[in-house]
Amino acid sequence: MKWHVLRPLWVAIGLVGSILVAQQFLVPDDFGVHGRNFTYGYYRLSNVQEWKDFPVKYRGRESCVECHEENVQKLNASTHAPVECENCHGPSVNHPDDEKFLPLDTSRELCLRCHAYLEYPNSARGELLSIEDRRHKRRYECIKCHNPHDPKEDVDKEDSE
Amino acid sequence: MIDEPVVHGIEWTIKELFVYPNEFIYWSIQIVMYPYMTGLVAGAFVLSSLYHVFGQKDLKEIAQFSLVFSLALLPVAALPLLLHLQQPTRAMEPLLTPHFTSAIAAFGIVFTTYALIVLSEIWFVYRKYFVEQVYALKEKAGLSNAMKRSVYRVLTIGAYDVSDGAIKVDKKAATVLAAIGIPVACFLHGYAGFIFGSVKANALWMSPLMPVIFIMSAVVSGIALCMLTYIVIMEWKAFRQRRSGGALKAGEIKGAEAEIISKAAKYLLGFLVAAISLEMLDLIFRGYTAMKSWDILRSVMYGKDFLNIFVLQYGLGNLVPFVLLILPRRTLFRTVIALVLVLFGVFMMRWNVVIGGQAFSLSFSGYMHYEIPVIPHSLETFKEGVFGALTVIATPFFLFWIINKFVPSLRRDTEGS
Amino acid sequence: MTCSRRDFLKNTVGGSLVSALPLSSFTLISQAEAAAALAESKTRWAFLVDTTKCVGCGLCVKACKNENEIPYDAAVTRTWVERYVVTKDGTTHIDSPMGGRDGFIDDKIRDEEIEPEDIAKAFFVPKLCNQCDNPACVQVCPVGATYQTDDGIVLIDREWCIGCGYCIMACPYGVRFFHPEKKVADKCNFCYHRISNGMDPACVENCSFGARRIANLKDPDDPVAHLIRTERVSVLKDEYGTKPHVFYIGLDAEVR
Repeated sequence: MKWHVLRPLWVAIGLVGSILVAQQFLVPDDFGVHGRNFTYGYYRLSNVQEWKDFPVKYRGRESCVECHEENVQKLNASTHAPVECENCHGPSVNHPDDEKFLPLDTSRELCLRCHAYLEYPNSARGELLSIEDRRHKRRYECIKCHNPHDPKEDVDKEDSE
Repeated sequence: MIDEPVVHGIEWTIKELFVYPNEFIYWSIQIVMYPYMTGLVAGAFVLSSLYHVFGQKDLKEIAQFSLVFSLALLPVAALPLLLHLQQPTRAMEPLLTPHFTSAIAAFGIVFTTYALIVLSEIWFVYRKYFVEQVYALKEKAGLSNAMKRSVYRVLTIGAYDVSDGAIKVDKKAATVLAAIGIPVACFLHGYAGFIFGSVKANALWMSPLMPVIFIMSAVVSGIALCMLTYIVIMEWKAFRQRRSGGALKAGEIKGAEAEIISKAAKYLLGFLVAAISLEMLDLIFRGYTAMKSWDILRSVMYGKDFLNIFVLQYGLGNLVPFVLLILPRRTLFRTVIALVLVLFGVFMMRWNVVIGGQAFSLSFSGYMHYEIPVIPHSLETFKEGVFGALTVIATPFFLFWIINKFVPSLRRDTEGS
Repeated sequence: MTCSRRDFLKNTVGGSLVSALPLSSFTLISQAEAAAALAESKTRWAFLVDTTKCVGCGLCVKACKNENEIPYDAAVTRTWVERYVVTKDGTTHIDSPMGGRDGFIDDKIRDEEIEPEDIAKAFFVPKLCNQCDNPACVQVCPVGATYQTDDGIVLIDREWCIGCGYCIMACPYGVRFFHPEKKVADKCNFCYHRISNGMDPACVENCSFGARRIANLKDPDDPVAHLIRTERVSVLKDEYGTKPHVFYIGLDAEVR
């Protein structure tokens, strides 16, 4: 009888209603439960394709060999065969279309990643040929004497060790 | 202001020993403020409901005040989250696409429900006053009076019937809402505890006791804040009156009443004991079962954070106010000290949970030290720094001042339930 | 009479609020769609890390940063390598400077010299997102911005993430972080854009020692999946019930 008591309820329903209306406009249509269940599969479906379309940067040796066959074959025949071209040359991205020359890292630090002496027993690191950085030709870049495409080539035997 | 992209958390995290590379203190001061403010909201509401539902007549005046103050606190409970979010413009999404397996998604629903309950209850309590103001302001001239009148007209939502029957219905509705509101207030803060307690990855947080501990300490902080603000306001009004007038006339403000304070203090102590007991239980269990995380937890709690936990929170924040309130011949001054310490203690509890939970690495082999930004040099160091926290603390008082102009909560002559 | 009015008030307020929002968050899907969703996917990605082969060169971390556009100088990374040096007195020294982005060239750990004769064992452990079967991070996202695809990868919707950080707190492995520029959560996704197009993840391709390999557990001809099934492998922190899908060969008890 005293129906004014329901007025706050109408305000509440109005608020909930406006949230429901907002959902229709603001939530993307493909948002919902896709796949497994609500816990793990509640999302906007088009996002999956967005991630699949993310640009690739590293193209791998198979794409380098198309133009740089000689260097790749030399590398494949050497002790550095497992090393990827892009480990040292960086990601090729759209090379040569947008970048004619890839920035090349010729620093000692790059080589030291594998070849800095760390006496770790039972570790694959301990089995790599390595040097103690401060005792081996500190002033020079490694590539001055060592060819990264074939490390056993071009070493001046008199200067080694 | 620096605009370059900065790793969030790196500016206030100092790492020690081995910490995973991506670990920083991501949940910093604003996440401490958030449960603190929601706790004050819940506690203020429970205090008000003690009068409306359980008929504790001595609490009538403070109940009036705490109901309105809990409304002032409500938007401030959401403010720390807005300051914390990396994408604050998307803050509505928990209402648009709530993922209910997440405790934070519950926030949108519970918060909205709770806000509606508080608003509705205030409406029922003050409706007669709104209607009276509409008629009273009709005679008065001036733009500000006309504007005030418009506000009151909106506030009545067109319900102008102030007959005895209508007012009786209002009172019943307010009682119903106060009753519904208690479990909702508990839920509001219980789930805040659940947010932390359900994170199995965090060795300090994960505990089924966490929601209950949070509720208990929330009620403690709410009661303490309302008592404190009530005392301060009433004493200030009495002081002003004594200064301008002479002797107090009948019916005038006499300052904070001893009986009200006594009653409220008893409830405060009850909840305080409950909160401390649960926290002690949690600590004892952890030490006894000594799971994998116990070594690092122990070194954090008994070592680095010993001051924060045992001296500041348990000592100054729990034990000292407990003693101050228990001792006989309690003075107003002693009560005020105790209340301030209680509020500080509850704040330290939130700090020790949020920051303490990030004081050790997931690796259990390193520590993270939190250096809260003081002088901001960027938007992020403002939001997540001392000034951001101060903004959050100051806002409810400012809001209360505005709300109180339309919904006066401290006058004895306002008719309510 | 008063009783029914009160009940009416109580029930409608409670009922309309409680039911309206959750119901509205489910989009209606057709029967065909539902059936398709439940049909088994032919792919379940997994990863195999062989810690006996890792030399700590960090080229995987560098490649990941470049491939996935994570700011190179930022102290966050989708994958990282940890170094463990266990000395004979039983102390374990662990570090991961910039996640191992520049490799491990210095034998000092946090400025502490460790004499080689004191070392009992030392090794490197690469880590990345485990793409768990019960991902705690997905469970706690309040808005559905992170999710698991049918082939097992956990992705993050950058347009929808609100940046609350709950997923970051929920991950027991510490693989998640805030992207410093995008200001949303980020983490390893096994280079989803590469594996979905027939390539290997950037870290797998750039590892010269075969320490990192990707597998499709549902492919009977996948040699790496075969290794996972037949060799003795372990996982990180299985006590959390997350069911991680990065398997390790040679995982030491000291690994955190």
